[in-house]
Amino acid sequence: MGATQTHSEYQYENMVGKTGFSTEQIKNLHMRFQQLCGNEKTLRKEHLENIPTLADNPIKTEIIKAFFDKRNQHNNELGSYEEIGFEEFLMVMSHFRPPSIKTSAEEKAAMRKRKVRFLFNMHDTDGDGKITLEEYRKIVEGLLSESESIGQEVARAIADAAMLEVASTNVPNMGPDDFYEGITLEHFEQILKDLEMESRMYVRFLDMNTANLRCGK
Amino acid sequence: MNYSSTKRALAVLITCIFLSLPYGCNGEAPHKPSAGATILPQTKPDNGPQAYPEDVPSNLPVFTMDYPRIQIPFEITLWMLLASFAKIGFHVYHKITIWVPESCLLISIGLIVGAIMHSVLEEPPAVLSSNVFFLYMLPPIVLDSGYFMPTRLFFENVGTVMWFAVVGTLWNSIGIGVSLFAICHIEAFGVQDINLQENLLFAAIISAVDPVAVLSVFEDISVNEQLYIVVFGECLFSDAVTVVLYSMFTFVAEMEVVEPEDVFLGVARFLVVGLGGMGFGVLFGFVAAFTTRFTSKVREIEPLLIFMFSYLAYLVAELFAISSIMAIVCCALTMKYYVEENVSQRSSTTIRHVVKMLGSISETLIFFFLGVVTITTEHEWNWGYILFTLLFTFLWRGLGVLVLTLIINPFRTIPFNMKDQFGLAYGGLRGAISFALAFTLPDSIGRKQLFITATIAVILFTVFLQGISIRPLIELINVRRTNRDVETINVEIHSRLMEHTMAGIEDLCGQWSHFYWKDKFMKFNNRILRRILIRDSRAESSIVALYKKLELQNAMEILDTVSGDISAAPSLVSLQGEKKESTNPKKTFMAEDLKNMHDLLSKNMYKIRQRTVAFTSKHALPNDDQPREILIRRHANIRRSLRHGSFQSTIPRSQKYFSLPTGQNLGSKYPSVRRRYADDHETMSEVAYPTRRSRFNQPKRSSSGAMMPLHTLETLKEVPSTDVLNESQSESFSKDQCKPQTGSSYRDSRFPTHRRHFNPPFDNNNGSADDLRNEDEAEEEQRRRHRGALRLPPSWAAEPRDNAPRNPLLRRPQWNPKK
Repeated sequence: MGATQTHSEYQYENMVGKTGFSTEQIKNLHMRFQQLCGNEKTLRKEHLENIPTLADNPIKTEIIKAFFDKRNQHNNELGSYEEIGFEEFLMVMSHFRPPSIKTSAEEKAAMRKRKVRFLFNMHDTDGDGKITLEEYRKIVEGLLSESESIGQEVARAIADAAMLEVASTNVPNMGPDDFYEGITLEHFEQILKDLEMESRMYVRFLDMNTANLRCGK
Repeated sequence: MNYSSTKRALAVLITCIFLSLPYGCNGEAPHKPSAGATILPQTKPDNGPQAYPEDVPSNLPVFTMDYPRIQIPFEITLWMLLASFAKIGFHVYHKITIWVPESCLLISIGLIVGAIMHSVLEEPPAVLSSNVFFLYMLPPIVLDSGYFMPTRLFFENVGTVMWFAVVGTLWNSIGIGVSLFAICHIEAFGVQDINLQENLLFAAIISAVDPVAVLSVFEDISVNEQLYIVVFGECLFSDAVTVVLYSMFTFVAEMEVVEPEDVFLGVARFLVVGLGGMGFGVLFGFVAAFTTRFTSKVREIEPLLIFMFSYLAYLVAELFAISSIMAIVCCALTMKYYVEENVSQRSSTTIRHVVKMLGSISETLIFFFLGVVTITTEHEWNWGYILFTLLFTFLWRGLGVLVLTLIINPFRTIPFNMKDQFGLAYGGLRGAISFALAFTLPDSIGRKQLFITATIAVILFTVFLQGISIRPLIELINVRRTNRDVETINVEIHSRLMEHTMAGIEDLCGQWSHFYWKDKFMKFNNRILRRILIRDSRAESSIVALYKKLELQNAMEILDTVSGDISAAPSLVSLQGEKKESTNPKKTFMAEDLKNMHDLLSKNMYKIRQRTVAFTSKHALPNDDQPREILIRRHANIRRSLRHGSFQSTIPRSQKYFSLPTGQNLGSKYPSVRRRYADDHETMSEVAYPTRRSRFNQPKRSSSGAMMPLHTLETLKEVPSTDVLNESQSESFSKDQCKPQTGSSYRDSRFPTHRRHFNPPFDNNNGSADDLRNEDEAEEEQRRRHRGALRLPPSWAAEPRDNAPRNPLLRRPQWNPKK
């Protein structure tokens, strides 16, 4: 690891400003990154699919996709990568930074917006800026798949109900012949505006290398 | 002896009568004096035979009295009644309870009663002994908080809660105890005889925080949930810690010399007691959950089982002298999740009611008693000691919160900021438990009187000063708030989505914190625990649970509006409803309601005609689409009502009106109206329903499995598929929903059928339904989406188009502005 170390040192400075992680956190994540990709330069989907603990996650594919999604890199690009470098990996991870006591209200709002955007991108698989019913259903089915007793139809009914809810919240004056095509980002933000995100959607990135068996907050 | 006891009863009665007079508006007063009048004269002849007990061998007595026989239960009952009247009284003028916490009012009433008793030179009843308190009064209070603990929130913050509860309480007891011991060395105060152990004992007593008043304030202004749960949990577990410390220090206080090894033994004992209690609690919780698995045939005893098992956990823990509070809390926490899924909806409602009732009566009594004791006992007032006690409780609390947050903050993802810390520190009121502990101190403690006086001083000071000022202060500094009332399917889906994402990301970066553990526990729970403990053990996602809950609410409201007061819905609600209602003065909208009733009346005349048409047409062409229409309409309703749920400020009024149990104010004035306009009630109360939820209801598992799963699940499935759903099914659904109600025949007698109420809606929509039927079957999804779009407009937008009065669903928008 010695050779990469010096190379990384130089890069770290760069990334601290860009992602807001501390140098220690970046070091830790870099170690993990190399562990995941088996000391190669880039990470491919197979690497992530082989993580044993992730195997049970009902939305595994969506999570993995999110890492290869160009939209999550904030470059106004569409499409997806075949493989990503450490910097891209870090950019995706930076969505999950917890707010600190010093973060200002605007920063928090911006962070929240990025989180919402991230969730939206997870839904919107074809990148057309709208979550269609099909896309929504897929996620809901995924979420419900872990309890095997729930049939697909229930999942669909729930997705439909949820979709109706969005439609009725956002387009109150819809004519009888109108057709709700899909959830746009604005509508998405609207329906989730009451959901507390900053306290739920974060990962405790550790500054230290060792302790990873801490539970509770 | 006997004479004094009758005299005491007399005094209690007089105070009862006196107190019930101001609240005469409730109709309690007329009935009360009569009770007094009948009993009072009778006490006199009782003294005669007592004086000459030997002279009565002669005839069969025509009339006898045996007051001593019933004295204790009789007096207890009177006290409880008195306390309940006081509670009713506060809610007559509910503006008071917003600004002055209920505990303050109770203490004030207690003070008045005490003054009366004092003026007739009466002693307070010796009801509150150590045994009575620990065996009968404490368990309900603790069970109440344990059972209604927001489980999920608690486990998310378990570390911080425990940190503040255990370390914070220890910090306070030791800090206050040692500083007071230092004060005792000042000769001017004349309290040199209090040794360190006694000081520590006293400090432990006044370290038990009891922020009921604070919690209700926090709830009203919905402070962020982290702060809320820490205050909630701290109060619960600090009680446990305090009681352990109390029993340890009462033991130690009687020892002449304390050896160093006793300190270590004390620490070891502390751990054994705490963890042992936890273990027993979990064990009994599982046993209780497992037992309820088999009660599907004997629903009547379900609530009993819950209470008996909790109490058993408590008693067994007492038996082994380990922390019984820990045991009962853990028992409640453990079993709640499983039990609520096993028992029927009604049992679950009963359990909640009884738990709440017992808890609140117990607490009310203690506060009440506190007021009485404050006046009637002899106090040992020592300025120096008491003022320093006040100073130290304040100081150590503030310092403790500051230091403890400093330590815990780096471990928290959402650290507490200064405002949160202020809320935490200022919320440290002392209450019922402290008083009861002080009052039940053994007499061997030399300065018991002083301790009681000081404890009362601390309680009065904190409850009155802090309790009253905390609301304006918290509002002033603008603590971070969380909207805890959101409940839409989207939000539920996304909070789950977030959780899974976080678990996934944690796996990805190899740094596991509580999402990881939660994930693992949920798997374990779903695979093993639920299989063992729950009858219908299909793992249920919280999304489906929410969906089913909404269905259930909806179904119950439909029933409720039809058959009055029998369904479980109003009772589920009424517990929480009162709080919200109390914030809305009634009088301002009475007139509007009246006007609305007139509107309804005129519109409904119109509807009856419609209804008959619809009914015949239904028989003419039995048509699959109709029931489906109903269901879809209901779904749309749910959604709409959900949406409305977020506008809290306006809703509760209507809710208040419509959720009145029959036979109360408005309902009794317009009974016939209320029944006849079932449809309108339905829409109204649906809108209102989601708002009547307070913290207690939140963590509730949606449906108690027994009543729900079969039918709602079916309806769930049926909605999307176009052809399966037929009339009979919808009928069976509605029938089944009302099966537990006694009202099905009652309903039939008043309304031709339940379903008729639905007919007008689909009659209106036949046009659109026909269109839909003509569409291609293959495009089912497209179509349903289309219909979804179609369905909603009628409820919101199409109303100008349609003839509004015809359809109750369409009428809502008109109604709304009037509220």
